Amino acid sequence: MSALSRLRSWEGLLLVLLIVIVGLNVTKTPYYLGVGNLVNLFQLSIEKIIIALTMTLIIISGEIDLSVASVMCLATCVMARLFEAGVELPLALAAALASGALAGLINGACVAYLGLPSLAVTLAGLIGYRGVGRILVEDRAIGGYPAWFDALGQQPLVGPLTFSIVAFLVLFIVTAVVLNRSFVGRIVYSMGTNLEAARFSGVRVKWAKLLLFVFSGLNAAFAGLLYAARLGSVRGDMADGFELDIITMVLLGGVSIFGGSGNLAGVGLSILVILNLRNGMGLANITGNAQTSVIGALLILSVLVPNLARLIHNQWKGREA
Amino acid sequence: MTWLRRRIRPEQIRELILLLLIIVAVVSFGSLIDGYYSNRTFNRIASGVAIISVIAVGQTLVVLTRSIDLSVGSITGCTAFIVGLALAYHHDLSPLLAVAIAVTMGTAMGAVNGVIVAWGRVPPIIVTLGTLAIYRGILVESFGGYVITTDKLPDWLVNLPTLTLFTIGGLDIRAMVALAFTVVIVFHVATSYLNLGRQFYAIGSNPEAAELIGLPKQRIVFTVFLLSGALSGLAGFMFLGRFGNVTVQAGNGLELQSVAAVVVGAVNIFGGSGTVLGAMLGGVMIGTLDQSLLRLQISEFWRDAILGFLILLAVASDSIILRRLRMLWGAAELKLIARPVPPLTGQAEEAAVR
Repeated sequence: MSALSRLRSWEGLLLVLLIVIVGLNVTKTPYYLGVGNLVNLFQLSIEKIIIALTMTLIIISGEIDLSVASVMCLATCVMARLFEAGVELPLALAAALASGALAGLINGACVAYLGLPSLAVTLAGLIGYRGVGRILVEDRAIGGYPAWFDALGQQPLVGPLTFSIVAFLVLFIVTAVVLNRSFVGRIVYSMGTNLEAARFSGVRVKWAKLLLFVFSGLNAAFAGLLYAARLGSVRGDMADGFELDIITMVLLGGVSIFGGSGNLAGVGLSILVILNLRNGMGLANITGNAQTSVIGALLILSVLVPNLARLIHNQWKGREA
Repeated sequence: MTWLRRRIRPEQIRELILLLLIIVAVVSFGSLIDGYYSNRTFNRIASGVAIISVIAVGQTLVVLTRSIDLSVGSITGCTAFIVGLALAYHHDLSPLLAVAIAVTMGTAMGAVNGVIVAWGRVPPIIVTLGTLAIYRGILVESFGGYVITTDKLPDWLVNLPTLTLFTIGGLDIRAMVALAFTVVIVFHVATSYLNLGRQFYAIGSNPEAAELIGLPKQRIVFTVFLLSGALSGLAGFMFLGRFGNVTVQAGNGLELQSVAAVVVGAVNIFGGSGTVLGAMLGGVMIGTLDQSLLRLQISEFWRDAILGFLILLAVASDSIILRRLRMLWGAAELKLIARPVPPLTGQAEEAAVR
């Protein structure tokens, strides 16, 4: 029983998993604990984990945003095209962020004010926003940005940490405070638990949904620009398929796909689990596809095992009674 | 008017609008592209639509029951590659056996999804997101850079895409197109008239009510994933036949295309409404745009943007127009019930008895 109750606390299970993975990594490879590797571990997926923060809010509120990776692409393409046309880079960056917010606004307006299912709307966005990006850059790769922009993605800013990692840490703290310590968090949870009840208790549900999607778009654009800074070049197929990785991170963190439950601590732990698992497998010479398979299996097991445990537990109780 | 309303449901109006849009699209492309109305154009569009239609049929069944299957692309890729491999090493494998292998493989992979969703009670989006990665990962891990090329395949398979069954009005009907169309019709009739088919709708419309009246919900959900897997397996065989050259990345992205076809084809993403024929029309619409924009060379890069807009439009029209129409239909039904019963004339009496 005590083991079962510990299993029921999702964060506890993730923590155990994390310790096991880190333990295995440390014993398997001597390079694992090096500062360079630890920074690298975050740096290689930094864009995804930044977006996972807003995705957590969206999924807790009972919606989903499949278009994030395409918004990343759209924003970088807007930036690249403007830069190519001779616009100053800071202005191009601002326009890129605005394009991300606009994409989010379109998603949000369709979901909140037209009452369309977010799965379908953002699926359209997934295809459409990348399409707009493709129109802008066609099949070229646009590079040659000023040195300070490239440095933004690569060079250490505080100690060994790059700007992207610092940005992630700041955003993580902000999201945690917003979700756990402010009325915004309570609104997000109440919308996910029971939308009608939230509406009747005076939450401006439509407005809140709109804002959530705008922030998701804005954040995706920001992450896209960091990605462009890290790669130093922009193409129409960048960040292809990232949405699935991001959603996996959030769901593995114990956030219910139906909304209303889950917390940022779980998502933080799940991010650490996934990054360490990938890093460890990478150091042990396991290829990217096998890594993706293992994470896919982990995602299914993360929901299946507690379900089965509950089922067996219930049957056990039924037999005793 | 009452007669018409009784015969046509709002969903059918939505499908008719889609059919009209397809005709408008074809006519406008015809005026833009020289020699558009040709056998070649038809074959190009039809053989592309054939594969996506077969997958979309399975996806429709899944979506009807309030689920979603994101693993179809990986299942199609796996079966295409494995069957290709089998044929490359055993040239004497009979065509029927090759199809059987493809369908069996697909069914097995669909069964894994189905068991976890139905009895493991894991949300379908999580399960199929996971198996999307797992199936593809196993394939890539096992065969890596291996490529199946046309010259390794037996002649009957290489010639299959150009095999013409019969010709209607100058248009060649290829064997694969006929096969896909047969699948669509069979499943359309089955979901419209068979007991099991109606049960899909019941589960999708109201799962609690369906369980209360005694429908085996878990078994039905399992069946749906089984069928989706089997159809993806069949699509894998068609994929191999059409392209000949197959890598381990084959069929990547078909999951989103099939969901797009289903959504454009007026199948409600929340289950319970829509038809297999509608999903095929959705596939035809997307396929027509895809192939025709390719011919208008400047617009190649516009394809995805237009497709995204089309899906959004389809979903919006679904929700806005259909909701109004349903209310109109419902209000008219109420009026009919509330109206005092007129004295029966001879003809009406006969109808009442019937």
